[in-house]
This record gives sequence, structure tokens and C-alpha cells, in this order.
Amino acid sequence: MIEKNVDVLVIGAGAAGLGAAIGAAREGVSEVVIVERDERSGGILNQCIHNGFGLHYFREELSGPEYAERVKKIVQQYPNINVKVEQYVHQIDYRRKEVVVASTEGITVYKPKSLVVATGARERPMGGILVPGTRPAGVFTAGVAQRFVNLENRLPGKRAIIVGSGDIGLIMARRLTLEGVEVVAVVERMPYPGGLERNIRQCLKDFNIPLYLSHTVVGIYGKERLEEVIIAQLDESYKPIPGTEKKFKVDTLVLSVGLIPQSTLFKDFLKIDPWTKGIVTSSSGRSSLNWIFAAGNCTVIYDLVDWVTEEGSVAGKFAAMYVRNNWEPAKFFVEKGQNVGILFPSWYEEGTNLNLYLRVKKPIAEGTIRIKQRNNLLYSKKHLNMLPSEMISIKIPESKIGSGDIIVEVLE
Amino acid sequence: MKIAVIGAGAVGSLIARELSRYDVEVIIIEKNTDVGMGVTKANSAIVHAGYDDEPGTVRSKFCVPGNALYTELAKDLQFDLKRIGSLVLAFRDEEVRVLEELYKRGENNNVPGLEIWDRDKILSYEPNINPEVIAALWAPTAGITEPWMVAIAAVENAMDNGAQLYLETEVIEIVTIDGRVRKVVTNKGEFEVDAVVNAAGMYADEIAKMAGADYVPLHPRKGEYILLDKQEFSGFVKSILFPTPSLLGKGTLVTPTVDGGILVGPTAVDMPPEREFREDTSTTFEGFEALMSKALKMTPLIDFRASIKTFAGLRPESPQKDFLVGKTNIFGFFNAMAMRSPGLTAAPAIAKFMIEEIQESMGETLRPKLDFKPVREKIKKYADLPPTIWDEEIKRDPLAGKMICFCNKVTEREILEAIKKGARTIDGVKFRTRAMFGSCQGGFCMHRIMKILARELGVDMADIKLRSDKSFILMGQVRK
Repeated sequence: MIEKNVDVLVIGAGAAGLGAAIGAAREGVSEVVIVERDERSGGILNQCIHNGFGLHYFREELSGPEYAERVKKIVQQYPNINVKVEQYVHQIDYRRKEVVVASTEGITVYKPKSLVVATGARERPMGGILVPGTRPAGVFTAGVAQRFVNLENRLPGKRAIIVGSGDIGLIMARRLTLEGVEVVAVVERMPYPGGLERNIRQCLKDFNIPLYLSHTVVGIYGKERLEEVIIAQLDESYKPIPGTEKKFKVDTLVLSVGLIPQSTLFKDFLKIDPWTKGIVTSSSGRSSLNWIFAAGNCTVIYDLVDWVTEEGSVAGKFAAMYVRNNWEPAKFFVEKGQNVGILFPSWYEEGTNLNLYLRVKKPIAEGTIRIKQRNNLLYSKKHLNMLPSEMISIKIPESKIGSGDIIVEVLE
Repeated sequence: MKIAVIGAGAVGSLIARELSRYDVEVIIIEKNTDVGMGVTKANSAIVHAGYDDEPGTVRSKFCVPGNALYTELAKDLQFDLKRIGSLVLAFRDEEVRVLEELYKRGENNNVPGLEIWDRDKILSYEPNINPEVIAALWAPTAGITEPWMVAIAAVENAMDNGAQLYLETEVIEIVTIDGRVRKVVTNKGEFEVDAVVNAAGMYADEIAKMAGADYVPLHPRKGEYILLDKQEFSGFVKSILFPTPSLLGKGTLVTPTVDGGILVGPTAVDMPPEREFREDTSTTFEGFEALMSKALKMTPLIDFRASIKTFAGLRPESPQKDFLVGKTNIFGFFNAMAMRSPGLTAAPAIAKFMIEEIQESMGETLRPKLDFKPVREKIKKYADLPPTIWDEEIKRDPLAGKMICFCNKVTEREILEAIKKGARTIDGVKFRTRAMFGSCQGGFCMHRIMKILARELGVDMADIKLRSDKSFILMGQVRK
């Protein structure tokens, strides 16, 4: 067993973790180590072979693997970043600031001066949505189906139904269709889609795949392999309406019903949002403990990977500043006002820009987003067609911000 | 003497293992792809204390001794057993009277350590119980285990002591001559035997009928369950919580699993006896709703958003709601049937009894083997070792440091051990190692496990099945 001192340790080498390492290295710390549990860095980008990445961060449209390669190239420019794969974080002793990591080389106990958590998210599994019926083969989460098709060169089935209209579900509807799998329907329990508008258009409408809004799966049948899926329409209280059942003979069900931030390793010592399971952070990426930072989908589920990398580099930068001079400014609450469902970050730290990400609680055709600090109006702007599925990003430079709690609200 | 045990569930497996102590030839016949995958796979996994079995029933005869035998059994067969104790909760005065009856019945059945707890004591021990609770019956000997592991471990040990296992082998006919068992005919061939032990779970009545032997008619009683994520709910309750029992049975319980999750269930719905219902483990909306409302009554803070798995199991129920165990009208044919609750608890005691019953009714004394090996070695769980020891293990075998299942911390070494011990399917690995049993339910690791299985078995990834032969996961290639 070896012990290793390091300035900044990053957990996870996906879009957020790589960004964090870059941010920390730029700030000029002596060593940044990224530990990644998978066989290679890049995270979930490696299996997202579709386009649509990089428009913000690289100003051009890239596929997931291309985006990952670009970020990795930047990482390679910094000799003080050490990316280690097949490293499993087993335990964290937050009092002693020790991170126990297992790998085929043995157990390493890292003693970082600062830690950046970039553990991403996991998909909600079938058992998470209480669907009645049997438990045959042929039921996949969208990410697993995507992995089989894009990385393992395997088809999960021949005739599929997609449950949940999250972005990965929509992308998989198109991907499976292109590979000759018949996608009979996408089913969404909410009255509006869960994914981005552009994905509804490019992945469903362009391929004539029907989208059933306000519908849910009421039965999954098949003894060994999936044979039949029954859906039904939901009333306003989300109860199935008898008589509206539709049966689909399918051998495959692809589930895209949400991502859950991977935060449980930290739940005993970091503040976790009890509703979203995201690690609660400030505008610097700092968690509720001064030496631990977090970024990416383990804090809040983002719409765009560009934002993930950007917030990763913010967290990395301030983690490095904490290493260099114990940087820890005053912080203020960032509070949800009316109609705000999801809001990131939870605190504002003096000396940082405020990169706000929010989702409205319900669809709002026309509304004003207003951000106030005491009597100081930081932002007020009309927004059209706001949907819970579309994350809104607002940047307020440090120069405009004073001290005091900040409130974010959406006025109808 | 050659004895066939039909059914490799917890009951059949433990009987086979007990038989393997003696100088007899033991064959285990199982229709499924793996052991412990029928009735045994899906139940509450409770080792009951034994206070609720009415005196005079066969259940009451075997439950308390079975419970006691579990301590040594868990040590020898190295499966997890946690005696976390159970609480039967009373919320009304009438229910308190039922608790008192149970307490008396328990004393009659020689259940050790029973206590009646008052509200303060209950809430200080289990703060998440509904504060409207008035009283509870505490039974410290009640415990939790993994029922499939009991069967898997018992079969491994029986085989280590000479027993033969025949999987995917379905009994078609049992030949008797002059009221005496002669032959078991299966889809995989015939076995000449001197005796048959019928532990065929949901099908034990049909097996008995094949031999023209005594039986009770069985029907499935369905029980649905919801499993909550240990990463969210570990430690929510410390003990097994039962409502006060009613005519319908022990009721829906809230219990930790040995793995640290929280299990809510079962429901109890009597199904028709026809064959299709004996395989119907589908879950229902009504079931989920019943489970949620019942669990919320006992533990109002339980949150079903942390659900990661729903499933249903079938209990072989009979009109008299009791086991049928022992010799029959057919010489050499023995029943261990209608093993409803507390079948899992009673199984070790029934296994011991079966040896006596066979000797007595067949007039033969079985000779103990001198070289019987009582201990079965479990698959080492590396992540549970102290880091320094784990480090040494990795130095010996690097795969002990290669994490495959991230949620439940299962290394490649453990997966390889499971395959060496007989896992051939995704479920085979899952139930032996707990890989894919965690928060992501295989989202991150199923493809990795499929690849390891394919590599070790020398087959293509597409040949790896979920459980049975037709439960294939992949359907062809994207590009040739």
C-alpha cells in the first residue's frame, strides 16, 4: 500500500473532471492527478457518437469522441496532469483528507490538499419507476443500449419502444432507427418532452417516430425475452385512464427516465440536495467542505457537455487557488424564487463570476427572469417558451456583483 | 443406495447436502438453469424466530430448530446471516392483545428471548417507526440471509462431497414397481434410484402425482416486493418490522437486506393452481400501491423514489397452510412440499429430519462418511477487507483490484470465482457476487460482465443470456 501526496486530486475523467484538471493546471499547482474508474478517460462522451457537442466550448460542432479527444489534447499540454484509469475510489476519510483508491497495482492512499469530485451521473433503472409486469431480457437503459450499439457493435433488438423522452432516449430512437431497428413509439409521462426541442425535431419528427405525451407504461410482458409493452394515457393527476391502453409487440424497451447525480460516496460529509441528489456547491464549485470542490452532472444534470467542462475548469481553478493560498472568500446564498425548479449554484462566493443554470418548474410561454441581490437588480430579461427540459444559462460577471444573498425568480 | 433430490431450492439443496454426509449416492435434479432460482429466489429472506406457528402444526415443529441450526450452517457454508431481530408492531389495543398471544405461543414453541416493548423503547431503538406505535414483540433470534445463497452454497458443498447436479433437467415420469420407487425419467435421461426426495417447490404436487404418492394440492400465493437503494436507505431500520399478523399471514414487512438495502413486501394474493400461474411472477399496480401504503403506515419516512427493483415471488401454498414433510405411501418416496413461510427457516431442520425418516422408513442405516467436508468456501469479498490486506491480495492477483461492479464493489477476481463455481448467465454471476444488484442495476457493468463470461466460457458475447436459454440480451451486430 502506498501513500501519495498530491495538490489536487480529481475523481472522474469525464467532461467535468478533465475540465477541472485543466483549470487547476492553468492555475499553476505542482501536480494534478485524475483517477478514473473506467478503462479510459472521456467518460460517457466516448459512446455519444452523434454530433452536437462543442458549439460553446470549441465553437464548432463535434461528436462526443471528438469532443473528448479535443479536451484530452489540452490535458496533454500540461505535464503536471496525471490521468490514471481503472482506479476505483473505495473510501474517503474526510477528516484525515485521505482518498483510498483500488487498482490492479494495489491500494493507493492519496492525500490531496484539495479534491474535485466529477463523478457524473447514473441512469435511473427500470426498478426505479414501479412499472408492473415481468422482468424479461430486452429491457435496457438508454445508455446501456447506446453502449452496445456504438462501442460493442451489437444490436439490442429488432423492434423497440422508448420510455421517457430524455435526450439519450431521443438520440437512441434515431440511432436505432438508422441501424434498422424499428422504433414504434416514444412514451413520455409529462405533457411536454423531457429532452431538447432540437432532439425532438431531429430524432423523432424527421423519422416519423410517434411521441406519446402524457402516457406511461402500464405493463411489461414476456417470460424470457420481452414480448409486449402496454402503455396508457395519464390524467392530470398522473393516473392511467382506463380504456386508453395501447399494446405494442416489441422485443426491446429502452428506458430514458432521468439521470441521478452520483453523490452517495460523499453523502456522509457533503451537503447533498435531498431532492435532486446533486452535490450542493457554490459559484466556485466548492462544496460544503472548504477543500472539496465538485462539478458536472454530480452537482446538477446539465443539458450541454460544454457547460460541464466549463464548470469543471471553474472548480479546478478555485481548487488550485485553495491549494495555493487557502482561498476562501465570503459566500452568500443563491435562492430559488417563484417558478424556479432547478437552480445552480446554491451559494455565491465573492471574487467569482456567477454562472447560473436554471430550469423552470413548469412550461412558461413568456416570462421574465429576474436576479436580485438585495436592492441591486443583477439581471432582468424576458424569455420565451421556457420548458423544464431546457436548461437556461445566465452569466453575471464578478464586477456587477456585491455582497448579500441573491434571489432568482421567473415572473410570468 | 442412490437418492434423487428433485428441486435445488433451499429445501432440496440442504437435504442433498445433509445426505452427502453419508455413504449414499446423491443426485440433484433441477429444471432451471441454476440452483435456487424458483421459490427460493424471491421471498422475504427472513430466518423467522418461530413465535407465529400454531402449536401442533408441522411448521411449529421445524421452525425454531431450523432457526437455531442456521448459526452453524452459515458458518460452515459461509453465507451471510445477520440476526438483527424482529419487531411485530401494534398500533391498536386489539393488536396488543394479539402480541400477547404471540408471546405465549412463542414461549410454547421455545422461542428464546421474546420481549414485549413499550413505545419509548421501540422508538429509541428504531426512530423511523411511526410514533403512533403502542407496543411491539421483540424476537432477537430472527435474522436475514440470502435464500439463493443458502441453496447455492449447500449445492456446492454437497457436490464437494460427491453429489451430482443435473441442471435444466425436468422430471417427466417417476417409475414405481410394487409401490416402490425405481426410476426417475427426465428430459435428459433416466436415473435408476432407490429413493426420491420431492423438494420441487411450486411443482411438488405434480411430482408426487407422477409417483402416485401422497400429496397436498398446491397453488401459488404471489408476493410482490420493492427493493430500495442501499446507497440512499442503508440503516433506515435496524430490525425486521412486521405489522401485527392477520388471517392473511404475517403481513407486509419492512426489513434491511444483508446487503444493506431496504426490502418492502410481500403482498399475499392467492392465484389459481394452473401451470401458467405457477410461473407468473409479474408485478401489479395494486401490489405496488398496497406495499407503499402498508410500509408508510409502519415507517412514514420511507421514500419509494429510492426504489431500484420490483419483483414478485410465489409461495407454494396448500389448503391446510402447512408443510407436508416425510415418508409417503410409496416406499422410498419422501415429500418436502408446501414449503410456504417459514420454509426457508425450517429447511435445515427438515433436512436433518429427512435423514432419520429415510433410515427409519427404509430400514437402512446410513453410514456417515469419514471424509465429509462440512465447509464450503465463499467467494472472497475484497472490498470488505482492510486496505492493507486487500493490497496484499492485489499483489498476489491484480484482478482482485480490478473493479467491475462499481455500486456493489465486485472485482473481476470475484466474477471469475463465480464462473468457476458454476455461473453461466448474467443472473448466475449476479446472485453469486451481488454484481448488478446495486444502485445502477447493471447500467455500468452488465456489458463488462457479459464480456468476462464470454471470454471465460469461450463463446460470443451474444450467447450470454440473462437467465434461461431464451433470455438472450443481444440480437445481432450493427456492422459485419
